[in-house]
Amino acid sequence: MRASILKQNRFLIASVQGSMSDADLVQLRDELGSGVRRHRSTGVIIDVTMLDVMDSFAVRTLRGIAQMVKLLGAECVVVGIQPEVAFSMVQLGLTLEGMTTALDLEDGLDALQARAPVRSSLL
Amino acid sequence: MSGSGEVVVPIRADVDVVIARQKIRALVLDLRFSGSELTLIATAISEVARNIVSYAGSGEIVMRVVRQGQRRGITVVARDQGPGIADIERAMEDGFSTSRGLGLGLPGSKRLMDEFELVSEVGKGTEITMTKWER
Repeated sequence: MRASILKQNRFLIASVQGSMSDADLVQLRDELGSGVRRHRSTGVIIDVTMLDVMDSFAVRTLRGIAQMVKLLGAECVVVGIQPEVAFSMVQLGLTLEGMTTALDLEDGLDALQARAPVRSSLL
Repeated sequence: MSGSGEVVVPIRADVDVVIARQKIRALVLDLRFSGSELTLIATAISEVARNIVSYAGSGEIVMRVVRQGQRRGITVVARDQGPGIADIERAMEDGFSTSRGLGLGLPGSKRLMDEFELVSEVGKGTEITMTKWER
């Protein structure tokens, strides 16, 4: 797969590579779903800094991932959307409605730490 | 590989969508496109190439540098022998999709480029020609 998933404490951090095919995106979705469950993660960060293009399929898949992660009881933050990619999304008419975004990985982690529910096992 | 000429990318599967949008970056190296214009072009290519995979199964993307007087630009042709589009007017409306997509591919691509022309005949196929000019 053209994305790597790292586990950091209760968070999963997925870094997307430059060019993701539709199949790569679907695989990322599946691996994040099983990863959240296996690691009892409370937050997922999807880092798209390297992504060259965010087209309608990518946006639809990211929305799907965010909704799925939420249903599993975790929070999802998309970080690193490049300004030119953001501009092109606006022109295309794409929105990440209902999704949390942050400028970069650092801000994304801050957002998760502020929002993610603390599981009782951590207390 | 120089910055001019024509590139043909056969489109048969979703990986070809990625190849098509990578090829465009090499083709327009010599042209005066900003990074953000390049992303607009690559995104439009991604959308029309995916339409080929989703609706026709296979086809091709042809990209070429074009000139109009002093002005240079890039023309992208997306061609398939698929089922064709029955209602072009509706296909160009935001939010209309027959494939559970977001319905933004065609109208969105038109917004991303300077010129956009769609010719389609049911049972014969679809050809989209779109151009972006240097500023």
